Amino acid sequence: MRQSSEPAPLIRLSGVRKVFGGTAAIENLDLAIHAGEFFTFLGPSGSGKTTTLRIIAGFELPDAGTVALDGQDLSRLPPHKRDVNTVFQDYALFPHLTLLENVAYGLRAKKIPAKDAILRAEAALASVRLADFGARRPGQLSGGQRQRVALARAIVNRPRVLLLDEPLGALDLKLRHQMQVELKALQQQTGITFIYVTHDQDEALTMSDRIAVFNHGRVEQIASPWMLYEQPQTAFVAGFVGITNIIARDGTACALRPEKIRLLSPDAPAAGWETMPATIAAVSYLGMSTRFLLDCADGSRLTAVEQNMAHGAEAPRLAQGSPVLAAWSAEAPWPLAA
Amino acid sequence: MRFDLAKTLLWASVIVILLFLFVPVAIIMVYAFSASNIQGWPIQSFSLQWFARTFADDEVRAALFLSVEVAVVATALAMLMGLLAALAVYRLRGPGSEAIAFAVVLPIALPGILTGMALNSYFVLWGINLSFWTIVIGHGTFCTVIVYNNVIARLRRLPPSWAEASGDLGAGPWRTFRLITLPMLGSALGAGALLAFALSFDEVIVTTFTAGAQTTLPLWIFGAIRLGQHLPEVNVVVCVVILLTILPVLLAQRLMGRAALLHK
Repeated sequence: MRQSSEPAPLIRLSGVRKVFGGTAAIENLDLAIHAGEFFTFLGPSGSGKTTTLRIIAGFELPDAGTVALDGQDLSRLPPHKRDVNTVFQDYALFPHLTLLENVAYGLRAKKIPAKDAILRAEAALASVRLADFGARRPGQLSGGQRQRVALARAIVNRPRVLLLDEPLGALDLKLRHQMQVELKALQQQTGITFIYVTHDQDEALTMSDRIAVFNHGRVEQIASPWMLYEQPQTAFVAGFVGITNIIARDGTACALRPEKIRLLSPDAPAAGWETMPATIAAVSYLGMSTRFLLDCADGSRLTAVEQNMAHGAEAPRLAQGSPVLAAWSAEAPWPLAA
Repeated sequence: MRFDLAKTLLWASVIVILLFLFVPVAIIMVYAFSASNIQGWPIQSFSLQWFARTFADDEVRAALFLSVEVAVVATALAMLMGLLAALAVYRLRGPGSEAIAFAVVLPIALPGILTGMALNSYFVLWGINLSFWTIVIGHGTFCTVIVYNNVIARLRRLPPSWAEASGDLGAGPWRTFRLITLPMLGSALGAGALLAFALSFDEVIVTTFTAGAQTTLPLWIFGAIRLGQHLPEVNVVVCVVILLTILPVLLAQRLMGRAALLHK
């Protein structure tokens, strides 16, 4: 057996390019996703993340480059010959079929005998807590229930890779948070590799093992949620994942996260800290934390966030117009690529 | 309540327009129940005798059967061709696709007299005798467009993700068509077929040019009125034609309406 430090990736995209009507939706994309990973494509709309997902699914053919699953080139295979399944943004449940028929659809297409297909579909429906709903049609379900059926319909086929295209986008916030936990649990139970497309950075940070940040058809950075937040490589990543201040230090742009800035009284001793005298221009009380907009002595503006650690009877320490000394440790600003 | 002039005028105009459209039809339908063989007002006495006599008339029966046969066969032909044309145009991309999409619907815009004349000289050119089948071909032209229009409208409203999901789940193109696309198009296809049937059933102009010795029901009516004969029977026949054309149209509307609800 060949021993290598890095296992061969399950999915590898090499030099993938896709052009729509003269503009490149994705450009020279390289990506390696490992078996069992929860991998997220994060980016604004039009950044190429959904196009990349559709190329892996086979709904779009790349204009250049290859897509390989387990070392086998899939680039020219139609969707029905790829061992991947998709959970669609609009769920795409078949309205004329019952839920059981919907979930069994993929098994039947793969010539699994009806009896087995029904048993497996029933089990899959039960696993998303819809055991008694098999005879209903999609039109009779709530959004959250449809989402779970779409998930069951894909998972029941035990694909090598599950592609999820903003599957929680249509749900309300509370349901979305609940589903995030469930999706992550499901991924860990089944061990299926998930590729998850979202524009919601919280969602990406909550669930992912690794995240690829897309911008204008290119990947800006691939990293774990922690690395992405703490060590952003580009100003775009720093600004898209969380909020950030960009400060100049020795001629390089650095990302300085608002929560790393402490607000001291103007005459406080601050040896060993980088400091900046400022006045508070605006205060936003957010409950768990308070966000301050600072007018700095050098004319720049900074955003700082402080946890509201004081107990309830204590009056807020800082108000609009208060003079402060903004301070951060010398290691806090993270240098960005030029 | 305040008197609303605009609303009153609108209602009045709607009523006048409806009267304009339906009074002549209503009069014919009332005449059908008149006992007299002379159309005169007021009607002296009512009876169903003309219904009995009309249905006993071999000429009328033959014409009715011919019309139904033509409509059924032309509709079947139109369903097949309209469906195929819609599927093809839906997938066409690139230069010329819009021109083709336009050319497919052109026959419905052409005056029937043009279609009829063109077909007639075409049949004559090739030495084809006018027959049942030439009528079917003539009706097939506009019936196909009706079916096509219904099906393409539905195709354009279907979310593409359904066919994609089917492929994603391992179904090949033919299985996807059979199990997903066709059932989704079903009610549009049915509605198009019903409208096509109704159109074929009362068509006169194209039929005039493509029928040989055959007499369809509308042709029989046309002939009878021109010769001033069998007028009481014409009234009865018109009643039947109205029923046979309105029913499919109403059914078609319900089909499309239900489908719209389903796909919301």
